[in-house]
Amino acid sequence: MTIDPSALPAAAQAALAEFGAAGGWEQRARLLMSWGERLEPLTDAERSDENLVHGCESRVWLVGEDEDGHWHFRGSSEARLLRGLLAVLLARVDSLTADELQSLDVADWFAQLGLSRQLSPSRASGMNAVLQRMRDKGRERR
Amino acid sequence: MLSSPWRSDFPALAVLEAQGEIYLDSAATAQKPQALINALSGYYTSGAANVHRAQHTTAERATRAFEGTREKLAAWLNVPGADQLIFTRGATEALNLLAYGLEHLVRPGDEIVVSALEHHANLLPWQQLALRRGARLVILPLDLAGAVDLPAARRLISAHTRLLAVSQLSNVLGTWQPLTELLPLARAQGALTVVDGAQGIVHGRHDLPALGCDFYVLSSHKLYGPEGVGALYGRREALAQLRHWQFGGEMVEIADYQHADFRPAPLGFEAGTPPIAGVIGLGAVLDYLLTLDETAVAQHEAALHAKLVAGLGKRRGLHLLGRPQAALASFAVDGVHHGDLAHLLTEQGVAVRSGTHCAMPLMNSLGRTGAIRVSLGLYNDGADLDVFFAALDRALEMLA
Repeated sequence: MTIDPSALPAAAQAALAEFGAAGGWEQRARLLMSWGERLEPLTDAERSDENLVHGCESRVWLVGEDEDGHWHFRGSSEARLLRGLLAVLLARVDSLTADELQSLDVADWFAQLGLSRQLSPSRASGMNAVLQRMRDKGRERR
Repeated sequence: MLSSPWRSDFPALAVLEAQGEIYLDSAATAQKPQALINALSGYYTSGAANVHRAQHTTAERATRAFEGTREKLAAWLNVPGADQLIFTRGATEALNLLAYGLEHLVRPGDEIVVSALEHHANLLPWQQLALRRGARLVILPLDLAGAVDLPAARRLISAHTRLLAVSQLSNVLGTWQPLTELLPLARAQGALTVVDGAQGIVHGRHDLPALGCDFYVLSSHKLYGPEGVGALYGRREALAQLRHWQFGGEMVEIADYQHADFRPAPLGFEAGTPPIAGVIGLGAVLDYLLTLDETAVAQHEAALHAKLVAGLGKRRGLHLLGRPQAALASFAVDGVHHGDLAHLLTEQGVAVRSGTHCAMPLMNSLGRTGAIRVSLGLYNDGADLDVFFAALDRALEMLA
């Protein structure tokens, strides 16, 4: 279900506005790369095997902290476009509760950004694996 | 220029083109000729039946067509007897059949030798067999061009070697392996030889008895045929050493509750209902391929491949993996992640493969996390490569 955009975090609203205005694949790809550059960096120690998300063709690391029931994730990847996909996913999931993470319709989110193809099962991007890792983390804490 | 006279025999090419897609991933799976589509639909339309069992006419017709493919494949590979070919679900299953069927010959301390470039399908069954039997897996290193290093192979293949398993044509490097030198090294030690022909079978006709291997495996889906079908060739003496591995209908001769006797190859290794339509379809594909001018196909493929390699060579910072000789080329670009390149090529409708190509140990040994692979079929045109190069340049420019 599509949520009223005004209820979204500011970064997610910005993503919707920017990707909504993108005219084609090239603009979307450039936007993804610039979003990827704005990811909060991970330390070398955080780029550990433990934080590696399995199921991605390119390496993706994800760390998450539970702040009073609201999750805050950071992540990175060695591939630039993947960092961008991660950035727009993180923008959407920021400060969600574990329950909200479970019910989040991530396919709908990427569809709204015109990035549906990045989420199809055969895609190697691994966004599904990243989301699964987020949900698992949320579940572990309960 | 460089246009394939056979392109229109493959209806999917026009469909993909209409969708703005260029198919350069034939080493993973090839597009199919109309002849195959007709054969599949003809078989299902005129009455499906199980093979080798029922007496009725429909079954007889299916069995004749099914066994007809065995004979066509035998002729294609210059194998003297069609009963030397076992149908499997693919090359992977054929290799697993061998790893189980030959298990009884492997003793603790024996060595199983494979090359450093093997596809997981020709690595993991042997790795696991070695682990089951307390044997050692020996890895033949490569030279800089991407072929098995022969001086090293001469040292590593020894009296301990029970079996040598190598690819004919690398699915990552596009290099033909020196089988004429390698196989005799193993034979001289009394070791069995297995050739993974999954890629090699697609490029040129191969005379298996002349090649001199004990076993050869192939998949139909890379040879323009349907998925779910493969074959295992064996020399008669080698086939006789195989123990049965999958049990069930068709492979059994006599059964009571406590015992059973099994048939010899090939049927003894084809337990259960085989992929009948697929096997019949493969026969139709072989019929189709036989109508093509072999020399013209080889020349077209060589010209396409030369254009691919030359074009890649012109891109700054681009490194080919090995020195590809046929069918495909894999590459990496300095400072560019293969995942990013793959993303942008996909956006531009170019179907190539990115990643480790089912050969993680090889990628690690080349010091790469992955690569892009471009692979060709006989239906590709020079124009497909022009589109690819334009898309590649645009992607590299965006990633610069």
